[in-house]
Amino acid sequence: MIQLTDIEKVYRTKTIETVALNRVNLQIERGEFVSIMGPSGCGKSTLLNIMGLLDEPTGGYVAIDGQPVKTHSDSKLAKLRNEKIGFVFQSYHLIHDLSVVDNVELPLLYRNVSASDRRKRALEALEKVGLSARTKHFPNQLSGGQRQRVAIARALAGNPEIILADEPTGNLDSVMGEEIMDILLRLNQEEGTTIVMVTHDENMALKTNRLIRFFDGQQVADSMVIEAQI
Amino acid sequence: MLKNYIKIAWAVLQRRKFFTFISLFGISFTLMVLMVVTSLYDHAFGPQMPERESDKLLFVNNMREQFKEGYTNSSPPSYYFLNRFVRPLKTPENVSINSIFMPVNSYVNNKKLTLDQKHTDAAFWDILEFNFVEGRPFSAQEVNNASRVAVINQNTRKNYFGDKEAIGQTIEVDQVKYKVVGVVEDVPVLRLHSYADVWVPITLKSQDFKRTGLKGTYFATIKAKKASDVPKIKDEFASMMLQVNKNSKPEGVQEVFSFADDIFGTFARSLMGGGKTDKSGLLYGILAFAAFLFMLLPTINLVNINISRIMERSSEIGVRKAFGASSATIIGQFIVENIFLTLLGGMLGFLISAGVLEMINDSGILAYVNLGLNLRVFAWGLLLCLIFGLVSGVYPAFKMSRLNAVEALKGGSK
Repeated sequence: MIQLTDIEKVYRTKTIETVALNRVNLQIERGEFVSIMGPSGCGKSTLLNIMGLLDEPTGGYVAIDGQPVKTHSDSKLAKLRNEKIGFVFQSYHLIHDLSVVDNVELPLLYRNVSASDRRKRALEALEKVGLSARTKHFPNQLSGGQRQRVAIARALAGNPEIILADEPTGNLDSVMGEEIMDILLRLNQEEGTTIVMVTHDENMALKTNRLIRFFDGQQVADSMVIEAQI
Repeated sequence: MLKNYIKIAWAVLQRRKFFTFISLFGISFTLMVLMVVTSLYDHAFGPQMPERESDKLLFVNNMREQFKEGYTNSSPPSYYFLNRFVRPLKTPENVSINSIFMPVNSYVNNKKLTLDQKHTDAAFWDILEFNFVEGRPFSAQEVNNASRVAVINQNTRKNYFGDKEAIGQTIEVDQVKYKVVGVVEDVPVLRLHSYADVWVPITLKSQDFKRTGLKGTYFATIKAKKASDVPKIKDEFASMMLQVNKNSKPEGVQEVFSFADDIFGTFARSLMGGGKTDKSGLLYGILAFAAFLFMLLPTINLVNINISRIMERSSEIGVRKAFGASSATIIGQFIVENIFLTLLGGMLGFLISAGVLEMINDSGILAYVNLGLNLRVFAWGLLLCLIFGLVSGVYPAFKMSRLNAVEALKGGSK
């Protein structure tokens, strides 16, 4: 589904060159729940951004459903992100000036979907994350866990094939973190949504199917979780 | 999508009230000044009573003599010139000769009244579309007979007769008695070729008819059969002037110049110095440049405010990009928001303009002006708002749309 081939990401300034990713090769299959772990600054988030077509690698190429995206225009990349990918960020990144339901509608704004259909799908997504009672609230009226659930509903609203979650529980206490993890697991198991999650939390990572470890921009381990537990 | 953008724009406006105030004040003040100027322009040069068919009207209001010694001398043309050379032109539908307006004294109930008087022929009333509130214009026969009849404006009627009817009554101007035959709505002083308080037959100044010089105190108002005839009339006028230069120029004069111009053209030529070429284009250019400069400062100010406002929203830009907005969509969003803001400022500007125009009307600075925000001025104002919104929104929107999504997300607040 997502194929990364010889991915390199190098940040260059006048005096220094920092290698964030070094020849990463990775294949994510449909229906997988993959967690990516590693110390801070090892390139996990950079990798997720490249997978999500938010950032360009300096070397190698990304292919979605077998199609390389290197030569895609800005609008074609935007369309791919809109239709295939949903994002969940550590710091939620909700739009403060919009209500919960308006936030959730966001991916559908960039599709040819009627206002009533948009609203219906946003409400369905909110129901899936248990926030039907908060549709008209604004983000600053919600707790951290509720905000992250709104962010997940937003990612779901567009019915994407893959969700990329960058430390989705990183800002939450353990109880709320568990709640969010349960939602993601349910999505993966019941609806078959492919999920790639960056996390620092070993316990969360062990609940997924596959665990990839990174160190200094390189992939140092890639194993099924049962193997990893042994 | 539009509703979503406007929701955001409204929320952003409420977020930083001081910035919002500065933005709206800048827009509304700039637009107010432009609207007042546009209204004045429309009042002076647009198709207004009595020069409603302004696209068919030409005016001859200047005669310039260039002497062999190099100096020039200008004044309105003479009756002789207009009657001998302009009236016989073949292309126009009609030509009127009328005097410039002159201040005259009148006494009503022992109170001195200074009125502006204009001598006209009967064609004047055919060419121009005055609104008669009472009576009628004076006829060709009354002009031929040099009858002492007058058409007065509403203000003069009020001064003389209060609210009573004026037809058949007598007014005394410069110790001459005239019978009032008609009352017309007040004509603003900006309409120099039509304006007066009292109009009387031109034949009452028949002593002027005998003078054969080219300079005098008269105007000609020319009406074309159709607007497309205007260039032909100008050509015929220019040919006629060649003949005048050849056969009829006064002694000592090297060349004489006179032109048939539309109302804006006459103003442009008198403002920019009399040349051989039409100065309308140049004056329009200067006015447009002045308007551009006048709008430039608030636009730059708005661009800066917009950039800092949008910078605060880099996280939103990142999120929108992540969920499928292309750079073009982001540009579209910010332009829509900015147009929404400028339209709000524009509405405020309209209200302030209406107040300022009312103040100008009431102040009496310009006699009988009745400036208002009519549909033409409204359309101009709306266009200015849109230009303002686009110009001040495009650059910040373009700049922010180029923002890398990842960087935008990092710059965002939680």
